[in-house]
Amino acid sequence: MNFLRPIGRVAISFLEATGRLALFTFRGVSHCVRPPFFPRLILRQMIDIGYFSLPVVGMTAIFTGMVLALQSYSGFARFNAESAVATVVVLSITRELGPVLAGLMVAGRIGASIAAEIGTMRVTEQVDALTTLSTNPVKYLVAPRLIAGTLMLPCLVLIADIIGVFGGYLISVFKLDFNATNYLQLTWEFLKPMDVISGLVKAAVFGFIVTLMGCYHGYNSRGGAQGVGRATTNAVVSASMLILAANYVLTSIFFGD
Amino acid sequence: MTGAQKITLKGVAKAFGDKHVLAGLDLDVPAGQSTVIIGGSGSGKSVTLKCILGLIRPDAGTITIDGEDVTDLSRSQKEEVNRRIGMLFQSGALFDSLSVVDNVAFGLIQGKRIARREAQAIALDKLAQVGLGREVADLSPDELSGGMRKRVGLARAIATDPEIIFFDEPTTGLDPIMGAVIDELIVKTVKEMGATALSITHDMASVRRIGDRVAMLHDGKIIWNGAVAEIDQSGNEHVDQFIHGRAEGPIKMGVRA
Ligand SMILES: Nc1ncnc2c1ncn2[C@@H]1O[C@H](COP(=O)(O)OP(=O)(O)OP(=O)(O)O)[C@@H](O)[C@H]1O
Ligand SMILES: [Mg+2]
Repeated sequence: MNFLRPIGRVAISFLEATGRLALFTFRGVSHCVRPPFFPRLILRQMIDIGYFSLPVVGMTAIFTGMVLALQSYSGFARFNAESAVATVVVLSITRELGPVLAGLMVAGRIGASIAAEIGTMRVTEQVDALTTLSTNPVKYLVAPRLIAGTLMLPCLVLIADIIGVFGGYLISVFKLDFNATNYLQLTWEFLKPMDVISGLVKAAVFGFIVTLMGCYHGYNSRGGAQGVGRATTNAVVSASMLILAANYVLTSIFFGD
Repeated sequence: MTGAQKITLKGVAKAFGDKHVLAGLDLDVPAGQSTVIIGGSGSGKSVTLKCILGLIRPDAGTITIDGEDVTDLSRSQKEEVNRRIGMLFQSGALFDSLSVVDNVAFGLIQGKRIARREAQAIALDKLAQVGLGREVADLSPDELSGGMRKRVGLARAIATDPEIIFFDEPTTGLDPIMGAVIDELIVKTVKEMGATALSITHDMASVRRIGDRVAMLHDGKIIWNGAVAEIDQSGNEHVDQFIHGRAEGPIKMGVRA
């Protein structure tokens, strides 16, 4: 029966990690809803997460919109359904690509920097110093980031949606010779509020995931500069995986039937 | 002079993996006096302080402060206890996202809820006490020299006028003159504020200046404990070897010839 042992060990350490993460999440969220709050820190994080991610997310969105228009046009042209291009672009962007791509880009940018910052604070004893100055480190470091991430990602995604649709419009009108008013009309025609709202809900969840993973891995980092490096990588990888998994779950909830 | 014990450690043990750092450590820290812990590098002096602060949970034993058992407190109870304690970390552990003056004012603003302006005025005053002028107040900690960082950490530790103060190697890395100034400041803090101090130092001159009592940590236990005047007649080989800095003796450093 010895061959079962490694399997058992993996299973136990997996359960342990899940439990630790669940506990950390609970602590983080409970500090988000209990005063005192740190408005200054929340604001600073919101600027960092929202404003400074705009260029990256904007670039991603515009090229994605452009590619979508090109691809769907070349595909639909085969059965004379070119008029569907506008609809395909706007639905793909608002429902899926806007939130997912913005989430992944922010995971790389923000998740990594949060993990590095908190991880460095951990290994240089700054987290311990917070405790000795009677400040709860979870409340001071984690809660403001969770709040800022959850609030800012929907704003970012809303902007990404607009930029992405605009990218599709550019290609359709200037390269594929669509009529401009016609294209915009087609864009609006089949778009339902739910398409956009579902994307924004996804964005909020992804924002929470990214900041949570950054905080969790940073907070638990051990072992000097190498440990911080590991925490940073783990934060980005786990946030990306969780975003893709959560996206499937959310899509099946919103559009499953 | 013999009053109540401020801090009492009984049978405190802590192992990291299979390395037993503390093995049943007993120590009484009398109120209103300055106790110094001496001992070889890596003997667990810093770990002892962190156990008292609740940053490290001991595997066994009890720690009481003012007769109250603090070994198994919840986070919020710990915060309450830590409000009465100031700590200078060996590495300084300054917050590198805050300016020097905000570092020193941190405990006043977060812990004591003093208005920012007032707290900064107190902080400037404390900085002056450790020999740092206004010109460093707005610098960031990474613009300081090692010794300056240590002094900022010291100012932060005494900023809230705590009744218990821990100094982890307050004068390491300072020039001899500044070392003597800091020693004087520690003595003054204890005498004037009636604080209880627990310090760690390797510097025997400093021990004689700041200590009322001395405790020697070796092999995870306090092997000698007495008034500073008795240290030369301790009759303990370990203490003798340590205070005279001899390489030969019962204490074996883990180095191979
Ligand atoms: N968080 C930790 N994880 C694992 N081992 C640790 C940890 N903290 C301390 N140790 C180990 O415990 C031992 C005692 O460490 P400690 O920092 O208390 O030494 P010290 O007496 O303060 O030494 P020094 O005078 O050099 O500062 C060391 O061997 C160290 O490797
Ligand atoms: Mg130490």
